[in-house]
Amino acid sequence: MVTTTASVPVARAPKRSIWSRLPVVHQLRQSVGVQRAMLVTGLVITALFVIVAIFAPLIAPYGFAQLHGADGKDFGSQQPPSPAHIWGTTVGGYDVFSRVIWGAQTAASVIIVAVVLSIFIGVLLGLVSGYIGGWIDRVLLVVCDAIYAFPTLLLAIVMSIVISGGQSSLWGGIFAAAISITVVYIPQYFRVIRAEAVRIKAEAYVESAKVVGASTGRIMFKHVFRNSTRTLPLIFTLNASEAILTLAGLGFLGFGIEPSSAAEWGYDLNKAIADVTSGIWWTGLYPGLAIVLVVLGITLVGESLNDLADPRLRGRRAVAAASGETADITVVPGGPNEAPGGLEGLEPGAGIEHEGIEVRE
Amino acid sequence: MNANEGQRSSQASGSGDAVRIDDLTVSFATDAGAVKAVDGVSLHVAPGEVLAIVGESGSGKTVTARTILGLLPETATSSGAVVVSTDKGDVDVVTLTNRQMREVRGPAVSMVFQEPSTALNPVYKVGWQIAEGLRAHGKLSKKEGRAQAIDILRRVGIPDPETRVDYYPHQFSGGQKQRIVIAMALVLGPRLIVADEPTTALDVTVQAEILDLLRRCRVEFGSAIVLITHNMGVVADLADRVAVMYNGTLVEEADVSTLFADPKQEYTKKLLAAVPRIGEGTVQARERLADRPKGWAESEPVVAASGLRIQYPGRIGQKGFVAVDGVSFAIRPGEVLGLVGESGSGKTTIGRAIAGLTKVTGGSLQVLGYEMNGVSERRFRDVRDRIGFVFQDPASSFNPLLTIAQCVAEPYIVHGQASNAADARDRVDELLEAVQLPRAYGDRYPHELSGGQRQRASLARAIALKPPLLIADEPTSALDVSVQQKVLEVFADLQREFGFACLFISHDLAVVDIVADRIAVMHHGRLVEEGTGEQVLSVPEDAYTRRLLASLPVPDPEQQAKRREALRELVGEG
Amino acid sequence: MTALLDAPDPLSQTAAPASAPGTRRPGGGLLRYIIIRFLLIIPTVFILVTVVFFLMRSTGDPITAAQGGRLPPDELARRVHEAGYDQPLIVQYFQYLGQVFTGNFGTTFSDHQAVTTVLVTYGAATLELAFYALIVAFIVGVPLGMLAAYFRDKGWDAALRIFAILCYATPVFFAGLLLKLIFSVWLGWLPVSGRATTGDELTMQSLDHPTGIYLIDAFQTGDPAVVGDVLAHAVLPGIALGFLTAGVFLRLVRTNVISTLSTDYVASGRSRGVSEFRLVRKHAYRPALIPIITVMGLQIALLLGGAVLTETTFEWKGLGFQLAQYLQARDYVAVQGIVAMLAVIVAITNFVVDVIAALIDPRVRY
Repeated sequence: MVTTTASVPVARAPKRSIWSRLPVVHQLRQSVGVQRAMLVTGLVITALFVIVAIFAPLIAPYGFAQLHGADGKDFGSQQPPSPAHIWGTTVGGYDVFSRVIWGAQTAASVIIVAVVLSIFIGVLLGLVSGYIGGWIDRVLLVVCDAIYAFPTLLLAIVMSIVISGGQSSLWGGIFAAAISITVVYIPQYFRVIRAEAVRIKAEAYVESAKVVGASTGRIMFKHVFRNSTRTLPLIFTLNASEAILTLAGLGFLGFGIEPSSAAEWGYDLNKAIADVTSGIWWTGLYPGLAIVLVVLGITLVGESLNDLADPRLRGRRAVAAASGETADITVVPGGPNEAPGGLEGLEPGAGIEHEGIEVRE
Repeated sequence: MNANEGQRSSQASGSGDAVRIDDLTVSFATDAGAVKAVDGVSLHVAPGEVLAIVGESGSGKTVTARTILGLLPETATSSGAVVVSTDKGDVDVVTLTNRQMREVRGPAVSMVFQEPSTALNPVYKVGWQIAEGLRAHGKLSKKEGRAQAIDILRRVGIPDPETRVDYYPHQFSGGQKQRIVIAMALVLGPRLIVADEPTTALDVTVQAEILDLLRRCRVEFGSAIVLITHNMGVVADLADRVAVMYNGTLVEEADVSTLFADPKQEYTKKLLAAVPRIGEGTVQARERLADRPKGWAESEPVVAASGLRIQYPGRIGQKGFVAVDGVSFAIRPGEVLGLVGESGSGKTTIGRAIAGLTKVTGGSLQVLGYEMNGVSERRFRDVRDRIGFVFQDPASSFNPLLTIAQCVAEPYIVHGQASNAADARDRVDELLEAVQLPRAYGDRYPHELSGGQRQRASLARAIALKPPLLIADEPTSALDVSVQQKVLEVFADLQREFGFACLFISHDLAVVDIVADRIAVMHHGRLVEEGTGEQVLSVPEDAYTRRLLASLPVPDPEQQAKRREALRELVGEG
Repeated sequence: MTALLDAPDPLSQTAAPASAPGTRRPGGGLLRYIIIRFLLIIPTVFILVTVVFFLMRSTGDPITAAQGGRLPPDELARRVHEAGYDQPLIVQYFQYLGQVFTGNFGTTFSDHQAVTTVLVTYGAATLELAFYALIVAFIVGVPLGMLAAYFRDKGWDAALRIFAILCYATPVFFAGLLLKLIFSVWLGWLPVSGRATTGDELTMQSLDHPTGIYLIDAFQTGDPAVVGDVLAHAVLPGIALGFLTAGVFLRLVRTNVISTLSTDYVASGRSRGVSEFRLVRKHAYRPALIPIITVMGLQIALLLGGAVLTETTFEWKGLGFQLAQYLQARDYVAVQGIVAMLAVIVAITNFVVDVIAALIDPRVRY
């Protein structure tokens, strides 16, 4: 019924350049204080990660499987940090620093493959399922919920076994890890996009398009899809960080990539556990820190994006009672709310429309 | 002579005004920079008096009210003085710290919110929530708290309070929830109650009851009331004095009779003139009828419903909700049928069923020759280019990523009359002119238009293909009064020019009276009355229609006082 | 983590249920909900078991996978035939389904135990670990989350949020490694691995009714030294696994409390002079807990995955550790059996959690 919503002032909003309308840049300008610091920090770390991953061959002093230097002498195993090996050597005789650098490249490759695959499949399924509904929606929902509720690591292990039977070559390993992660994370994209599609389906402009007689395909792509991708950057960052953790977990359990094929942080950490009891700390500390740092950076970006997307969580610059046009203030009661997670999706398709504010008893 | 004065309580305790506002200025930090919401406003409210602050969106009335309680968000800065009278003397709220403010809120001044469903915490019983206010200001045992809660529930008119004090909010209807919110505000016996649009979210019949309750608050509890509203009828019903705000400034202030009878400022006059009144549309309706060609009354109806029944699917193992139960009516070519009802009456469902958005489960519904009961989407698609729909919510009527021109051109593109928006641009421009929007607006995005402008663009889109049938679902309900007037004007012009038949759905009888040829009244899924505006509004036959009419507050204090009496009698016997 | 996206706003603000007026049987709604939720377990388990079965079988039968290279062909063929692995896949699948639904999850290949026995033998240890982890997570995560919401956007809030992210970003095995390094090797305060010293383990195992849960058994022995020993061993693994979940709880509570604090009913409470502290504690606290309970279901999954890693790191002889051993030995029958069993456990746990959530949220009852 009647709500006192604000009317947007007719004085036009200044036309913004393309540059400032790009997703991350736009948020960067909007943010303030603590949130801005978080976003910037996250971006810096992520950028560092990407650079290291791309330029690994140039940055690392040695190859990831290199056991001896140019003079033919072995590096020696478990050597403490020294000028020749700034972070020491592993129990297998590899240079720790180099393996950490090369590991960045491995991690980046896996993320890209995994996330790209799962985005496409997950988004498409979510869109179709959310908009079309019906039995296909219910089936997909139950399947995805089943997968979603299950420990991702275990499923990834199973997938990894299936694809490569355990350890393998570089690209075999990368794809095994990537595909396992994809399968496990498709449900996540699916759920989020589906929820958005369901929400948008009920908006007036979609119904208007229906009344006008637009075809389902047109509505789905022109109206629903383009408006539902707003949360994608956020999921992307979350997935990227989870992908790294899952990859490391796989490596730790022995389902990663052989050391001679590529460097992988999880594998190195596995070997380092035994070292710790003898007090050897450099083989485990550096790969571990690398993981923490990269995931921290990516997650910071994701969290900040999440905060900025929600106006209630967004901070604003406090302002003095300076000059300013009197304009309209929206008084939005409460805020958008949904039923607690356990209830939603329980009975899909109940679709009872509310006539108005109340249904009297 | 003030029509409401006779009921003013003589409990003038304390030294002076219940609240006095001196040169208040409030600014907000928004994404677009600093914005002044209130600019140098000065007001005062005497003890036991009702001051109504009226204005449209953005007038600053809500911000002013919230400043009295210190309930502004962190992004706000205020200057000036807001002096509230408390048991310990007068305090300037603007200067108080949070802790000091706490003591003022509740015993000295409290608030009633607009939306009853969001003002109550869903996971706690209502008795507990009422007692919470008491507990915050003194030691109270659980038993005492409960006893007081039961007492106040009874006094605000909740039946069977001993049991209901243990209910959760969702077990009450909207009107009852609002009573509970008022009870929460009253329980500490405040000198001043700030009521922020207390009846806007309620149906008209429920609104009348709540206004009655608020009036009693004055007499029985002796509190002054600051009433924020945009509804002039409510003002005429309840207020002693009125302050009109526009753009953050105070435009006019007078006692209620003077304001309505003899407004001084231009803005006030415009505002009062824009309020739709029952009976305004009678003359036009008669003229329109006279202009109809001969034999029109017998022509093939555009929409014909017979025993129409629509039931929503229930959840597993539960019967569904019957929204529309055996309704029959017809709309002839070029005729505007106004469908009126409160929430839950089924009027929106009927509109959606005609547009093919909701399934018909029983009876017959003929739309442009197609039988909707059992129709397949594929067949119905052929006729979609002959139906236009205008939605209620201007905020979501347009795809936020497309320009207005692209949105309005959509019907052309979908039906193959244009390949893209640029192609159809001249036709779009014509449409925009027809709804009195500048052509340049076609290049704007929806969020750059105001609510009223968006509704007009929505109209443009709906008539793009010159459909013989238009369905308008509460098109002006979310708009301010003056904006509404403009949109209705545009609508009337369009109807005259294009001659489409229209189902105009609304909860506001006065609005429907202006545009409709015939009016149909819905109540709980049934059609209880139908006839021309004259018939339904002057000599209603059905008891519900009479009650609905009697509950509608008119913007005239003297007349409203009489109507109140009449309503009381009506309800007494009904 | 995934919990971030799953953090729904605490409460539904829509008005009274849109069911037909007049059908308000107290408790009726709850029963229906429970029944439906219970029935949903079946498809969930079914899907997971099917997926796992076909995935694992796609690598060939377990015997060939484990010993293919080492046996002469006819011996291999004989063993495969004996075990029934040469029947058509569909037949095997239905046999397997039948077995699962009667509770038979197979027998491990490497050490010839029934998978259900493995669960019983090692499950208690994992349960205990999960228990410690959850306690840590609650004690650390929930209050810190409320604190972060209270200090919103100020220095403390930022620090706490970064702490939460660090909890999530640090792989459980790295955290374990660091904890071991600092507290066991360098400081020597706590034991390096295992659940208890061998001597104490023997003592507890020779009790009349050993439960397998060492804390309980330690109390049964009545010897405070044993109890102390068990707890000392539990600290590091509990913290490692617990902090992982603590981070999730912290962010969840923070987000929900913040969004609750901006609702109308909190504003309404404020308008009646209720103190900010009480508002956070009473109004924001309960609604913030509800999503935690619902998210708990997903946390079980997280904990199980994390348990595998933690147990490997600390040589905590629980289900996860055992699973890792089977993986090393390429004993795929065991792996498949354990995974299938876990699917059932996860489904049942989610059901229980959903029912508890429904009990707490009154709107489901009516």
